[in-house]
Amino acid sequence: MPAPSSPLLEVRRVSKRYPGVQALRSVCLRLEAGEVLALLGENGAGKSTLMKILAGVQRPDAGELLIDGCTTEIASPDAALDLGIALIHQELNLADNLSVGANIFLGREPRRFGLIDKRRIARDASSLIKQVGLDVSPNTLVHRLSIGQQQLVEIAKALSVNARILIMDEPTSSLSQHETEALFRVVKDLRGRGVGIVYISHRLGEVKELADRAVVLRDGENAGELQRDEIDHDRMVRLMIGRELAGFGRRQSHTPGEIVLRASNLETPANPGRRLSFALKAGEIVGVAGLVGAGRTELLQVLFGVDRPLSGTIEVGGRPVVFHAPHDAIRAGLALVPEDRKQQGLVLEMTIRENVCLASLDRYDRAVGFRNRSHERQAAADSIRRLNIKAPHDRQVVRLLSGGNQQKVVLGKWLLLKPRVLLLDEPTRGIDVGAKQEVYQLMEQLAGEGAAILFVSSELEEILRMSDRTLVMHEGRISGELDRARLSEEAVMRLATRG
Amino acid sequence: MKKTLGILGLLIAVCVSTAALSPNFLKAYNVENITTWTSLFGILSIGVAFVIMTGGIDLSIGSVVGLTGCLLPWLLVQKHVDPVSSIALVMLVSLAIGLLHGFLITKMRLQPFVVTLCGLLFYRGFARWFTGDETQGFGNGFAGLRYLAVGRVPIPFVSGWHLPVPFLIMATIAVAAAIFLNQTIYGRYLLALGRNEQAARYSGIHTDRMIMLAYLICSLLAGLGGILFSLEINSIQPSGHGDFYELYAIAAAVLGGCSLRGGEGSILGVVIGAAVMRVLYNAINLLGIPTQLEFAIIGMVILAGVIFDELVKRLAARRRTVASPAQATPPAAF
Ligand SMILES: Nc1ncnc2c1ncn2[C@@H]1O[C@H](COP(=O)(O)OP(=O)(O)OP(=O)(O)O)[C@@H](O)[C@H]1O
Ligand SMILES: [Mg+2]
Repeated sequence: MPAPSSPLLEVRRVSKRYPGVQALRSVCLRLEAGEVLALLGENGAGKSTLMKILAGVQRPDAGELLIDGCTTEIASPDAALDLGIALIHQELNLADNLSVGANIFLGREPRRFGLIDKRRIARDASSLIKQVGLDVSPNTLVHRLSIGQQQLVEIAKALSVNARILIMDEPTSSLSQHETEALFRVVKDLRGRGVGIVYISHRLGEVKELADRAVVLRDGENAGELQRDEIDHDRMVRLMIGRELAGFGRRQSHTPGEIVLRASNLETPANPGRRLSFALKAGEIVGVAGLVGAGRTELLQVLFGVDRPLSGTIEVGGRPVVFHAPHDAIRAGLALVPEDRKQQGLVLEMTIRENVCLASLDRYDRAVGFRNRSHERQAAADSIRRLNIKAPHDRQVVRLLSGGNQQKVVLGKWLLLKPRVLLLDEPTRGIDVGAKQEVYQLMEQLAGEGAAILFVSSELEEILRMSDRTLVMHEGRISGELDRARLSEEAVMRLATRG
Repeated sequence: MKKTLGILGLLIAVCVSTAALSPNFLKAYNVENITTWTSLFGILSIGVAFVIMTGGIDLSIGSVVGLTGCLLPWLLVQKHVDPVSSIALVMLVSLAIGLLHGFLITKMRLQPFVVTLCGLLFYRGFARWFTGDETQGFGNGFAGLRYLAVGRVPIPFVSGWHLPVPFLIMATIAVAAAIFLNQTIYGRYLLALGRNEQAARYSGIHTDRMIMLAYLICSLLAGLGGILFSLEINSIQPSGHGDFYELYAIAAAVLGGCSLRGGEGSILGVVIGAAVMRVLYNAINLLGIPTQLEFAIIGMVILAGVIFDELVKRLAARRRTVASPAQATPPAAF
């Protein structure tokens, strides 16, 4: 439904350079009212940079922005909001010591007699929360929410400003199927009301379902555009990476060895009274499916010694273990790629090299704790090559990397440990198709070498493709287990929702 | 290195202008004196730098200096304990203080500011009580021990100039601290947890132990500093000895590039920071500036130093931006 007159938004030949990287080079883009435009590209292609420019967070070095056909300066995030442009950042940006309601109206609090009108915040917030399909009270503190729930709060926040242009930078990267569907309803509803939506995602299935048009960036340049009926997986991939994606060979079925990890009647602090029992064999890839809030992350955290179980036992290699801290778990051969890369996965102000080596420093110290610099250099170089991390050099501060490349750094750190048991919490969150393939292949390879892999994922596609066995969780319990023969989308959804 | 550049510039600027205005500044006697005091404060500053790097703070340093400074002469002169045992005992007390702080902060999850503020009050009160608020000192005895603080080692081939013994002590500590921080895995752990304690913990770092260690180092160095200060001054008022020293130490650390947010800092910078403070103090005396203005001037210069440092950092960042196209590697080939 392109408008006959000038488009809602037009980007003309915008360029942006960061130290060491040309993030955007003469990029053009057009957005009509009432359409969902997908913006695609590999990690580091410049998608977020372009969106930050539209939202006034960054200034372009060159180029023009037009709204309703008029050249416009977007000097600050406030200016963008005034123009009706709302951006949902790729990385969550909530004040986690404040309530959901306070976050939604942060900086724009309704006043009454000069004071913040808490009652009105609560009322307005709860209707917005309902719109995005979130089931919490507006008074809940944000740090109590899971990442997925926090993501929905971000969306509610964007809705609260009545934007004409809504930019969503990987909004579903930490949502489960269920929540994603709720989000899609919101998006479609907004589209129907004439809002122009830019939608960034690495989940190509979603793009196909939602997008009216797709624009692809590659290395900071326009790589092409697809109309609604041209959008299919292979076309998108070809434009993104500039060649065919090497086919992913049939997944090998693994012959599981002996049991390496066993949890018996494990009770996590998040779900007291619910007990979990399961076993994990060497060379096996086990998926954990479930809705956000089902207790999957908490399970991994207890297994890794982040939290202590309330009761129950964990055995590694047949011996009961008690982990007082992640340190003990790492000693026992476990590794966890955590869900929240900003808080738990990375020291953002440190370099790629420092981050990649952080967990394995003590394995390679030369003598009494002296660091082995040549090993550090080597390890960083290997990780960058193996995971194809895009950065000017390994002494780049991780905060300056694109989201997907940050995730690769986290993966690199844990792969260096060559763990016996690898716990992965949303391992492909925010990484591009090519890198996903790499991660899947790495998982296959590690399993082939005898590692046991337990991976939590909200992407059903990923679960269906990768797992030898699937545990489905519902409200803190394992509501069912599916082997490959019985594994299907319907079976997982049934167990995940009904319990 | 870049970080210490700004503070080094400030030190040179203050030295040059003082030397230009006062002929006495560069006299051997004066330089040795400044060096001694820089070294004593440097020891405290290195200690607090470790704590600041974890994102914490130690406000009790001045009181620990007061306590240990009273305890040593009291043990030696009034209780007739032999020197070695006295020193060992004093260091043991500082160790216990550091452990206590570390325990309260990591295991009881109390805030460093609160814990060490209580420490500041408690150690001061305790020192005044057990000395009966009477001035302590070594009299004319203990020359061997006092050599640690007032001793001068001649510099070979440079007649008339000496190196104060405290400088040698401080330099040894600084070198050890710098090696610890830059070359060992524990230094890396400390900096990582100062930036993001949770991620450090997830990476298998014993964050609690490392934080404990930082407070331990800080109190031990405060204790050592306390011993040296008392040996140098030889007349210790329990009620006031060491007052404000924690603030001097913190200021030196901040001037030297430590961020109070944690995770950043250089030992060399911290030592230079301590030197800036001492040179300033000396300049106020030499130039006949009313001593009442001392705090005002020091406060102003610290502020100027921090601003200057920030500007240098920004300039360096800008230069990197401009220079980078040449060194930028092409994006990794796919
Ligand atoms: N503030 C910054 N300083 C330096 N480099 C930056 C900065 N922000 C982004 N970059 C670099 O610019 C390039 C584009 O980054 P951008 O975040 O736009 O990628 P993206 O397409 O959103 O990737 P992803 O899919 O991983 O989120 C990357 O190489 C990134 O490392
Ligand atoms: Mg991005």
